[in-house]
Amino acid sequence: MHIIESGNVAAAYGVKLARAQVIAAYPITPQTPLTEKLSEFVEAGELQAEYIPVESEHSALAVCIAASSAGARSFTATSANGLLYMSEQVHWAAGARLPIVMCVVNRGVGAPWTIWNDHQDSISQRDAGWIQVYACDHQQIVDTVIQAFYLAEAVSIPVMVCYDGYLLSHTYMPFEVPEAVQVDRFLPPFKPAYALDPKQPANLNTVTLPDVRPDIRGDLAPGYMEIRHYLHADLRQAIGKVAEIDARFKDAFGRGGFPYVEPYRSDDADFIAVALGSLAYQLRDVVDMLREEGVKAGVCGIRLYRPFPDEAVVDALAHVKGIAVFEKALSYGNEGALCGDIKAALYHGDSRPVVRNYIVGLGGRDIRTVDLLASLRSFCTAPDHETDTTQWIGLKL
Amino acid sequence: MDHAIVTSRTSHSEPGPGDAGKTGSWRVRRPIIDLAICIPAKTNSMACFNCWLYCPDGVITRTLPPTIDYTYCKGCEICAEECPVGAIRMVEETELLIKDQ
Repeated sequence: MHIIESGNVAAAYGVKLARAQVIAAYPITPQTPLTEKLSEFVEAGELQAEYIPVESEHSALAVCIAASSAGARSFTATSANGLLYMSEQVHWAAGARLPIVMCVVNRGVGAPWTIWNDHQDSISQRDAGWIQVYACDHQQIVDTVIQAFYLAEAVSIPVMVCYDGYLLSHTYMPFEVPEAVQVDRFLPPFKPAYALDPKQPANLNTVTLPDVRPDIRGDLAPGYMEIRHYLHADLRQAIGKVAEIDARFKDAFGRGGFPYVEPYRSDDADFIAVALGSLAYQLRDVVDMLREEGVKAGVCGIRLYRPFPDEAVVDALAHVKGIAVFEKALSYGNEGALCGDIKAALYHGDSRPVVRNYIVGLGGRDIRTVDLLASLRSFCTAPDHETDTTQWIGLKL
Repeated sequence: MDHAIVTSRTSHSEPGPGDAGKTGSWRVRRPIIDLAICIPAKTNSMACFNCWLYCPDGVITRTLPPTIDYTYCKGCEICAEECPVGAIRMVEETELLIKDQ
């Protein structure tokens, strides 16, 4: 069924179709309509789930952690300072290996207050041990939410589905809502790898010592360092799983095929613009205009950000002359986090394209296609011209 | 992922003696009960047992006389603090070690 709705409603349909069993969330702009829609679904009996209103984001994720530990498929959603308020639990959910799915409706982080879009919120949580996927349009939002539950449960690692506040969350566009029977075939009911059982009492995530310790049978139980090593190793393993799940999804629904990076006119490109989220689609217009001017430019949208798909990124980018990384976030005092990741991925290659970092749209600053065009054109005509420092687009000093 | 993989990839403890190993090795001072002063030992009746009640590691028995399992006693001294007649004294493990040698 095709409908015209907002990105938040697309996410809500994904959660409904995935038959989430426990939803706990605290409303925050621009995520609010998503949780409102879910509470309507539950109230109307269209979704058989426990909807738990909480007093904070910290509690929202704490509820999901408890529910997931007890074997329930759990979902939450947040934005910006709400995500930061739950940050302790964000790290906890990953270390506890709970397959929770969370939508992060991307918004800038205070101070100063902003309710508008950028990526600083989810980027600041990139090292928490969650899988992070970015959606570029409403269809990707609903499809990614469904896949996220499958992925999280397959690898016992929580997944963040990130999409742009307002630009996607509050805009309307047509998308297909998958049929429930098909989704049920794709995503079977949650069979937890481990669930709390009163008949077999256990302490979960108990304090570890610096070294490994014997358990009650005298067998060696992993220490903190082993547990964290497994999380990292399993995240790296999950890269392959993402492609498998994407292929399964494509078989069932006919959509997908770009689990890691989504290229556009990049096969013969000399220059490639890289971005996360809806900005990657906006850059397609820029590249179309540059192509008309005779510049061989393309786009590479990064879909999977953590674990970072190094090999796919190198395959997509190593052959070009120049890479322009457009980012709505910064590792303050250094450069855009994505730009640093891309440079690191390219380090081992034979070729070393010029990499330029553009900072755009912080706190919802309008990202004008003409400004993107001017920046990318100047980069493509003289890639070595400017220094290696970050370039800010749309800055009014 | 199956059960075993998750339990081996997280910190997971079951109730029972010995989780975290023989924690008696953490002890710096050892609680020793003077049975001539200890109320249940002295009166031969199931009375008091404050030490048993307060011990956070459950290593003191509710028996006549009460006993302490030094394999797991961490030497926290709560029993000595709570004993109403001062029957439990704390002795430096180093002293006992020297005495043993």
